[in-house]
Amino acid sequence: MEMPKPSDIVIAGKAAIVAMLRQVLPEDAVIDNIAETRAYECDGLAAYTCPPLAVVLPRSTEEVSAVLRVCHEAGVPVVPRGAGTSLAGGALPTADSVVLGVARLNDVLETDYDNRFIRVQSGRTNLSVTQAVEDEGFFYAPDPSSQLACAIAGNIAMNSGGAHCLKYGVTTNNLLGVTMVMMNGDVVELGGAFCDASGLDLLGLVCGSEGQLGVVTEATLRILPKPEGARPVLMGFDSAEVAGACVADIIKAGVLPVAIEFMDRPCITACENFTGAGYPICEALLIVEVEGSDPEIDHQLALIKDIAGRHNPVEMRESQSAEESAAIWLGRKSAFGAMGQMGDYICLDGTIPVSELPFVLRRIGELAKEYGLGVANVFHAGDGNMHPLILYNANKPGDLALAEGFGEDILRLCVEVGGCLTGEHGVGVEKRELMSTQFAPADLEAQMQVKDVFDPGWLLNPSKVFPLSSSASRRERTI
Amino acid sequence: MSDVLERDVLAPQTEADLAQIVADAQGPLRIVGGGTRPVGRAVHGQPLSTANLSGITLYEPGALTLVAGAGTPLPDVQAALAAEGQRLPFEPMDHRALMGGVADDGTGVPTLGGMVAGNVSGPRRFISGACRDSLIGLRFVDGAGNVVSNGGRVMKNVTGYDLVKLMAGSWGTLGVFSQVSLKLLPEPETCAMLVCEGLDDETALRAMTCALGTPFEVNGAAHLQGADSSASVTRLRLEGFAGSVTYRAGCVQAALAPIADFEIVEDPDKTRSVWEEVRDVKAFAGKTGDVWQISTVPGDAPGLVARVPGARALYDWGGGRVWLLVTEGVDVRHRLGAFRGHATLVRGGKDTRTAIAPFQPEAPAVAMLSEALRRRFDPRGILNPGLMA
Repeated sequence: MEMPKPSDIVIAGKAAIVAMLRQVLPEDAVIDNIAETRAYECDGLAAYTCPPLAVVLPRSTEEVSAVLRVCHEAGVPVVPRGAGTSLAGGALPTADSVVLGVARLNDVLETDYDNRFIRVQSGRTNLSVTQAVEDEGFFYAPDPSSQLACAIAGNIAMNSGGAHCLKYGVTTNNLLGVTMVMMNGDVVELGGAFCDASGLDLLGLVCGSEGQLGVVTEATLRILPKPEGARPVLMGFDSAEVAGACVADIIKAGVLPVAIEFMDRPCITACENFTGAGYPICEALLIVEVEGSDPEIDHQLALIKDIAGRHNPVEMRESQSAEESAAIWLGRKSAFGAMGQMGDYICLDGTIPVSELPFVLRRIGELAKEYGLGVANVFHAGDGNMHPLILYNANKPGDLALAEGFGEDILRLCVEVGGCLTGEHGVGVEKRELMSTQFAPADLEAQMQVKDVFDPGWLLNPSKVFPLSSSASRRERTI
Repeated sequence: MSDVLERDVLAPQTEADLAQIVADAQGPLRIVGGGTRPVGRAVHGQPLSTANLSGITLYEPGALTLVAGAGTPLPDVQAALAAEGQRLPFEPMDHRALMGGVADDGTGVPTLGGMVAGNVSGPRRFISGACRDSLIGLRFVDGAGNVVSNGGRVMKNVTGYDLVKLMAGSWGTLGVFSQVSLKLLPEPETCAMLVCEGLDDETALRAMTCALGTPFEVNGAAHLQGADSSASVTRLRLEGFAGSVTYRAGCVQAALAPIADFEIVEDPDKTRSVWEEVRDVKAFAGKTGDVWQISTVPGDAPGLVARVPGARALYDWGGGRVWLLVTEGVDVRHRLGAFRGHATLVRGGKDTRTAIAPFQPEAPAVAMLSEALRRRFDPRGILNPGLMA
């Protein structure tokens, strides 16, 4: 993975830039010594590292605005950072950049249960939003796997999803408004505690723009009343095709589970060895969860089991207690950890039309043989969002490049069958160069002209999302 | 603009034709879908119809996805979905009855493209999302004649910027749609409603707020103020499997008991027809006056309505959306003053729509961004110029 050559002029001017930042921020909010900036050298895509010029940790919208004004005037690139859990390198710094971390912006500003919203500072973690409202019987729906650590700012940047988005949608569907600071320091309010825009939907445009249009400091989020209960059923099948057909039949039957998770044999085995969740060792495992009161759950699970029964499952186990539900989810939720114990891995997240599932899984198996690398699949089956985990050995020369090549082939395959490169992790630096397999030049141009409007100097997170060759003329021009 | 040009409707047969027509255009274009939603300022320009960009190109019920030409009549799509027991999650309003008096041509049929251009949503919006939330892909031609694709046909997709959201609700001012991809949902087995007559606005709002704070998945909450001979009526809707609907209706009724006595109506046909009336704002169809739509924080709604004396209000989305019927020419925005949300003049005569900006003026910093985006997507300013001004 290539990053543009950092600006020598900016690096040479470090002392002056840091001094200007110290003028607008408290002493403890500016980090510039190399031992400490190293803590910000990467995000969840740990294969790539680069310590930034400096790190700032502002505590208010006003401080964010002041920082951006300084950087704008000095022509210094800024890399916004939530909690640094991006799997796509969305918060990867360059040597000439200032990392703007929002971790200290973590207050709840307003909770309104009657009107079903919460307003928070954007550095607050995803799970702590739900924790702030759950005593009143509410929750915040998007639930990425990293929800314990990840920040709302990053969720908005990447339009994060989660296991339950089949019913509740992803971040963009639950985001009502933001306070955002533009690269020139101007503060804009988009949306609010009400539905839809009157004019152009700039809020919808900002969500998922990977920190390239502005730095979101506050967010108004929709909260929902917690369901009365939820219960999963676990089903094992002897082929991925059959499991895929079962998912389609469940959806066609009019049942809308809150989650349908799919795991293949390598993933089942790894999770079982790691957690002892009691999974049947088979070709494909589905976890289907429904919500409601006990009788409602009974009814929906009866329908689901009836449909699954017609597909000859090798095992079907409905949870009988909270403990059993936890055990069923334990393996799935530990999937990344289980794979991590087996070695280094790359986690992809291409989405495919669900009808292409059997073909894509077969093809991934063939590619794994060609590359001589292990792969395990865990999958949000209801919406086609795949998470192939490619195993490699970081200490073996050439293995990372091999794994990346394998990953790129899988993502090209996703696009070929009508899907996309990323369902919820974002493009970042990881999938940047593959964008031209999914988009024609005019499609990319339309997106880049949006960045031209919000950040004419291309200083905010500039080397992400778009292929470097496509964005070069914009990044390199001086204004 | 000459009358000859006005009459000469451009109707491309393909997306490539559409791109050529826009690229070659010498003056303003008035984009026409079904012509059933004459919202915004009147546009003077050569009509450009998407009628021939019609037809469902992909429908996978098992994947809950549909792809169709932008000119596809909405009823055709709804019939195809009904045959598979599915539907559009956002319950798009049919504007024909409400707009009847002022439509340029009352014979039109709503199209997919028009629905997306207006981000048209119905009573279920506050729980199932707006049109833009179910829109998973778009192909369009920008004002320079470039064909642009964004999103796709899968429901989870964060690849690149979400131009789909920007285009939804842009009323044809940023691009002309050629193809639309949508996420679908299963049609529930049945539905029922809870009804209470004679509540004042504040009590109705409290009842709706209470119901929407329960876990019983109320997905319609509307209150129509009374008129001369009729009492006000407050309604709550439930959908799902029969046993579940019955159970939840009882739970909601019990939760509401301290506020008001709601009656349960289990008849699904009656429920459906009543909610179609709410969806289409039938109460104000054929009634003299302008119609405004206010989007706000639900709890603020009764106070806002009280600022417009003489208006009749239909609260939807539990108070989050208010339809107001007012005397022609009244500037509702002026009466409301500063508030959390925005007000849109949806139905008004041409004079009113000239005198009063139909869309809520944006804050200066936001207006600058919107204007700059318009200049990028439509550099010559030829797509529905002035419609959203």
